[in-house]
Amino acid sequence: MLLISCPNCGPRDETEFHYGGQAHVEYPKDPHALSDREWAQFLFYRDNDRGAYAERWSHSLGCRKWFNAVRDTVTYDFIAVYPMGQARPDTHAAAAPQTSSTTESEGAVR
Amino acid sequence: MADLPPEHPDFLWRNPEPKKSYEAVIIGGGGHGLATAYYLAKNHGMTNIAILERGWLAGGNMARNTTIIRSNYLWDESAAMYEKSLKLWEQLPEELDYDFLFSQRGVLNLAHTLQDVRESQRRVNANALNGVDAEWLDPKQVKEVCPIINIGDDLRYPVMGATFQPRAGIAKHDHVAWAFARKCDEMGVDIIQNCEVTGIERIGDKVVGVQTTRGDIATEKVAMCVAGDSSVLADMAGIRLPIQSHPLQALVSELFEPVHPTVVMSNHVHVYVSQAHKGELVMGAGVDSYNGYGQRGGFHVIEEQLAAAVELFPIFARAHVLRTWGGIVDVTLDASPIVSKTEVDGLYANCGWGTGGFKGTPAAGLTFAHTIANDEPHPLNAPYALDRFETGHLIDEHGAAAVAH
Repeated sequence: MLLISCPNCGPRDETEFHYGGQAHVEYPKDPHALSDREWAQFLFYRDNDRGAYAERWSHSLGCRKWFNAVRDTVTYDFIAVYPMGQARPDTHAAAAPQTSSTTESEGAVR
Repeated sequence: MADLPPEHPDFLWRNPEPKKSYEAVIIGGGGHGLATAYYLAKNHGMTNIAILERGWLAGGNMARNTTIIRSNYLWDESAAMYEKSLKLWEQLPEELDYDFLFSQRGVLNLAHTLQDVRESQRRVNANALNGVDAEWLDPKQVKEVCPIINIGDDLRYPVMGATFQPRAGIAKHDHVAWAFARKCDEMGVDIIQNCEVTGIERIGDKVVGVQTTRGDIATEKVAMCVAGDSSVLADMAGIRLPIQSHPLQALVSELFEPVHPTVVMSNHVHVYVSQAHKGELVMGAGVDSYNGYGQRGGFHVIEEQLAAAVELFPIFARAHVLRTWGGIVDVTLDASPIVSKTEVDGLYANCGWGTGGFKGTPAAGLTFAHTIANDEPHPLNAPYALDRFETGHLIDEHGAAAVAH
């Protein structure tokens, strides 16, 4: 089971959370201008990265707030946790020293 | 002097060196890749083909599934595809001349709520209209088919009945792979293991070859059969698929005397279980909600599944779990597969089978081979093209796929 660090409540078990899929998928600025193909891309196509992946989580059994995280989809390690609306952090630097000594760092859990 | 050890058995397939070029290259040496090669050779006379497998033959999801075969799906497109598959399963042991222990012991899909009952009865009627064998059983009849099941009303979600498909069953998955591999090999197909594809070469909108850890291979047709890693591979060709990869878990008990005569599935409390020929209780757990490639999942998923299993089958309370494992399933938004040409000429995608790939193996192979050989779909997989996500002709099978995904 994952231990997920809610930005508001701290580390909690995965079972308290709801997964929301890929983060930073913007609603089309001008929906009427979209072709069927572009609509399909918006509705059904999501990135499916092997490795660092920006995604949304909701602490549904806690503060009930949504937040974003960058997680490694192979090791399942959380690399960064950050508020909705904030740009995806540069996780290349954060990902490199991902060892047990980084577990105390703010916002990151393993 | 000690007795000589027994003679080593004949190998079922060769291990050839990859050639410089092939008429078609299939990426992925699991059940679907093998079945595709088999039907390419058998139905379309294409034998100058190679199956490239990055690990060992059928060591991916094929070795991790719970071996259930059934065709009781709701929609016409699904019933047609899975019923064709079931009919092929029924003839394949003889056709491949290999007994892979296909056992038509039936499947029960339990209903635990009034909504379940209505949905199940609707599906039985839909199945009947599509020529798929299906019956509605009341709790007493369920108990007659599967005596170890608890139909008492003291459960949190009592058994209110079940659909029953008598022709459904199980097969031994590794033997299925070996059976296909032997026939493919006999027909001249090169099965190349330990050969990872590292790139897909294109000139403009056309595929011209693949790069591998064992050298470059020229080909005009590349067929992807790599459930789990489909997005990663498609990315090498510069295309995107409407796929998300999730861990799906399963487990087996120690060996027991035969106690469980059929297959039982429950969507509502999420259990699916059968007893393997050797005697293990084989159980499927759920899909983890998050994307993952790690071939392991959350323990709470297994815990929930076992709690439901013990309530439904009190006899399981004394069983020990022997091992658990995870596979990575490709999931689409409508819980139905993609068997399709892509926007790149000569690149074909077979993916998105979610949690139901094993039962679809023969029909996937048959229709995918047709698509590759003729560059157009077989009538059965025409609805499973990528363009359904643009036209809106989705095949929404969340109800008939047992795992909520």
